[in-house]
Amino acid sequence: MIRVQGLQKRFGSQEVLRGVDLDIATGEIMVVIGRSGGGKSVLKHMIGLLRPDAGAVLVDGTDITRLRGRALDRVRERYGVVFQGGALFDSMSVWDNVAFPLREKSRHSTAEIQGRVEEKLEQVGLDGMGDKNPAEISGGMRKRVAIARALVTEPEIVFFDEPTTGLDPILVNTIHHLIVDLHRKFRFTAVMVSHEIPEIFEVGDRVAMLHDGVIVEVGTPGAVRGSAKAVVQHFIRGEVEAVPADQSPRPVR
Amino acid sequence: MFSPPASDVWPAPLRPIAALGRLIVDLILALGQFGRFFARAVAYVVIPPFKVGRLIDRIHFIGFRSLTIVILTGAFTGMVLGLQIFLVLSRFGSEAYLGPAVALSLIRELGPVLCAVFVTGLAGSALTAEIGIMKITEQIDALQVMALNPFRYLVVPAIVAGVITFPLMVSIFDVVGIMGGYLVGVELLGLSPGTYFGEMKTFVNWADLMTGYWKALSFGIIVPWVCTYKGFNCGHGAAGVARATTQAVVLSSVLILVWDYFLGSVLP
Repeated sequence: MIRVQGLQKRFGSQEVLRGVDLDIATGEIMVVIGRSGGGKSVLKHMIGLLRPDAGAVLVDGTDITRLRGRALDRVRERYGVVFQGGALFDSMSVWDNVAFPLREKSRHSTAEIQGRVEEKLEQVGLDGMGDKNPAEISGGMRKRVAIARALVTEPEIVFFDEPTTGLDPILVNTIHHLIVDLHRKFRFTAVMVSHEIPEIFEVGDRVAMLHDGVIVEVGTPGAVRGSAKAVVQHFIRGEVEAVPADQSPRPVR
Repeated sequence: MFSPPASDVWPAPLRPIAALGRLIVDLILALGQFGRFFARAVAYVVIPPFKVGRLIDRIHFIGFRSLTIVILTGAFTGMVLGLQIFLVLSRFGSEAYLGPAVALSLIRELGPVLCAVFVTGLAGSALTAEIGIMKITEQIDALQVMALNPFRYLVVPAIVAGVITFPLMVSIFDVVGIMGGYLVGVELLGLSPGTYFGEMKTFVNWADLMTGYWKALSFGIIVPWVCTYKGFNCGHGAAGVARATTQAVVLSSVLILVWDYFLGSVLP
């Protein structure tokens, strides 16, 4: 289980997180929606790329914001991360990108690595594409390679940072279906930051909305869709209206 | 981290002094960061695991890919030296000293300095750009979240490769340069081969060679250190990478010349 407690972060004069509280149950897909990069900031705290000004991120009871070096690495070994742009190593082929975490962090034999990489490439629909360079494949394929690389170590927790940004609607649905299928198969805990409204409601078990540095709504996709809060409805409908004073965001857990 | 008060809290007459103070504090902080980066790299050089595959790749990247430019510039540096020194020495009737003059200029000074500057332009700038692009495309973050240390992959192999390849490249530069001087002095201007090499044996000693190698070794640390540091600390987007690359080349070149003067005045 992941528990985010009172997370606060300020970049210069900009207060990005003002006390985020969020619980993510083991095995669920939690989708974080909202404007202004707050979701990405929460995700970076969860994977240990940012340290909060205050608050904690507890992974099975261990506060990872206080860990460093080998102790933090031990938690990260349970993670898989799909970055927004894929973050594929452009000096390596698709095959080598997927094999990289296994070669570097596991004691598998060459034959085992080969088997697992080919299996993962097949699961994301890229069998036979291993020889290609990341620069030679399309944006959608790059995302799928990134997903294969994140899952090749069979992580317990997978973070998706806007996995469908910049893709056409058909590819968005393809990637979402792929994530749901893989989640059904491997039952990892998933945290996904996304702005794909309304498609994302079909993917998440629960949805949390971040607004002005706090979580203003969290619940099942149906509950969030039906939320009475104006900020939630404005965001879902893509409206730019001002929020009435009496409906200003109040944090929820 | 220490942060000095904003300049607008000072009365107007004191603001230039406050700005100067801020500049000095920023400079000291940057130097501290630069030094800490190097100390961290040195620590990982001696603490396993070692990334031998990455080291071989960096030796190829810094050393092997620079060979053409090292040979080309070494040859023409030697030829220019042969021609100019011959013209000067012939005024005093001392052409016989062409060999040692070319060799000493190359071995003690021009070989390490020019080789380091050319390799900075070629491999150093590529090193900064590569790491900078890895940073802005989250590839360095990807290494971190895979529980892999980016320092071990990107910085340590580059510095060790610099230490290995720079003395070798300088050796090649010196030899090719001496042969360039031979081509001009002996083949074109008619000096006898025996005089060219014979006088060289008399005047060039072991201390001269070591001076050149100490310089090459230290430049082999300075160039990858500066270039990887700038790549790691580049700004956002393509403009950030471009700025970091320019800064890496300029700072490396300046440090090469400053350190060259320092070593030149300390070493025999």
